Amino acid sequence: MTADRLDLDIAGDAYGQSFQFRCDLPLGGVTVISGPSGAGKSTLLRCVAGLNRLPGRIRFGDETWQDGRLFVPPHARQVGFVFQDTRLWPHMSVRETLSYARRRARGPARVSEAQTIALLGLAPLLDRAATGLSGGEQQRVAIGRAILTQPALMLLDEPTAGLDRDHRAEMLGLLDRLTGALDTPVLYVTHDAVDAVRLADRRIEVADGRITGVVLERPADPLDGLSAEARDGLARAALAAGLPPI
Amino acid sequence: MTDAIWTTLKLATLTTVTLLAIATPLAWRLARGRGVWRDVVGALVALPLVLPPTVLGFYLLLAFAPGSPLMAPLAVFGVRSLAFTFEGLVVASVIYSLPFAVQPLRNAFEAMGEAPMEAAAMSRASPLDAFLTIALPMARRSYLSAAVLVFAHTVGEFGVVLMIGGAIPGRTDVVSVKMYELVESSRTTQAHVLAAGLVVFAFAALVLVYALDRRAHDRGTR
Repeated sequence: MTADRLDLDIAGDAYGQSFQFRCDLPLGGVTVISGPSGAGKSTLLRCVAGLNRLPGRIRFGDETWQDGRLFVPPHARQVGFVFQDTRLWPHMSVRETLSYARRRARGPARVSEAQTIALLGLAPLLDRAATGLSGGEQQRVAIGRAILTQPALMLLDEPTAGLDRDHRAEMLGLLDRLTGALDTPVLYVTHDAVDAVRLADRRIEVADGRITGVVLERPADPLDGLSAEARDGLARAALAAGLPPI
Repeated sequence: MTDAIWTTLKLATLTTVTLLAIATPLAWRLARGRGVWRDVVGALVALPLVLPPTVLGFYLLLAFAPGSPLMAPLAVFGVRSLAFTFEGLVVASVIYSLPFAVQPLRNAFEAMGEAPMEAAAMSRASPLDAFLTIALPMARRSYLSAAVLVFAHTVGEFGVVLMIGGAIPGRTDVVSVKMYELVESSRTTQAHVLAAGLVVFAFAALVLVYALDRRAHDRGTR
């Protein structure tokens, strides 16, 4: 799993509120950004995407997206963004929407259009107008559009917010499978604790316009790095001690 | 009379094409900009709506006269004056109908907001690419209604045309001025034909504009 670092140090005012975001952490798997409404979670995500601009420095992997002089415009950052309100284009069909993103993708293709369609179950929707779909269907198309830009970093802004409970569960399952299938780190904004626990490898806590903590939700496997003999030895010892086999 | 109709159609078509090209960046900036400049430019664009056409015509006449600050640099290219020429009429019509092109486009760009453009930027579209592939098609109905409005308004203008054009047959003689001449010289039958034709044309144009506007509303895109 890639673990590109996100190095972030930005501060400033937006929407009549003060923000100061500072962190430097490896992003592999799913990183949930959690916190109360109005804390600045979405603003943080939009700054990473370049949609908002707060003075400071943003680096991802070996690329600098922003520093004192440089500001890489949003379309030149290799991120995929899923908006809470989907933002599908009313004049395009689902097929046109997907190929719009695919045609503009740069960098190595990690996932094909066919794979995306299969993964998200979009085949029956392809010829429909993007705006004539249900909330859950629209969000799946929006996720497909983001994936097909071949992002180095996926940004999701409360993609389950507009959905009812059943569709939320379905969407979470989908995201779980998706992040497993794609080797792309994910930043996922949510104010829902259940979402956070279910998906997160680590969690960035945001409150009052600041990052207040980074929590590791799934600690690395303690057996990682051990040889097969050492593992067998440990397993035999555990069984001998009366622990149930896993 | 056919001369006048032909000149009018040519004038209205040229004005419409020119205006849509000019109004597009103007409307975009007005929809996206902030602050006092937006109000000042917005007011300048809307000025032809409230000024008497004769005032506009007066100033344009001064500007088009040989040796004026506008004409002096053009003299290099052999253009001494635009007064009483077809080209002068086109320039005057473009200024006179400017608000009719800018307003519908500005409304459309304001109504779509930042969201579709941000989604395009997140799909790796450069600002120009996003404008051409997202904003323009989303505003296509407003373009159509702006085009119809400008065309119809140009056909209907009278004061500016009279002052700038001077009704030279075959060159600057348009239907609205022709109408005036026909009535002046008591050619009532011809006046009836022309008048009825213009009423039908204007009515059809407005029905088209309203229908476009309603369909844009129904679809939630303008």
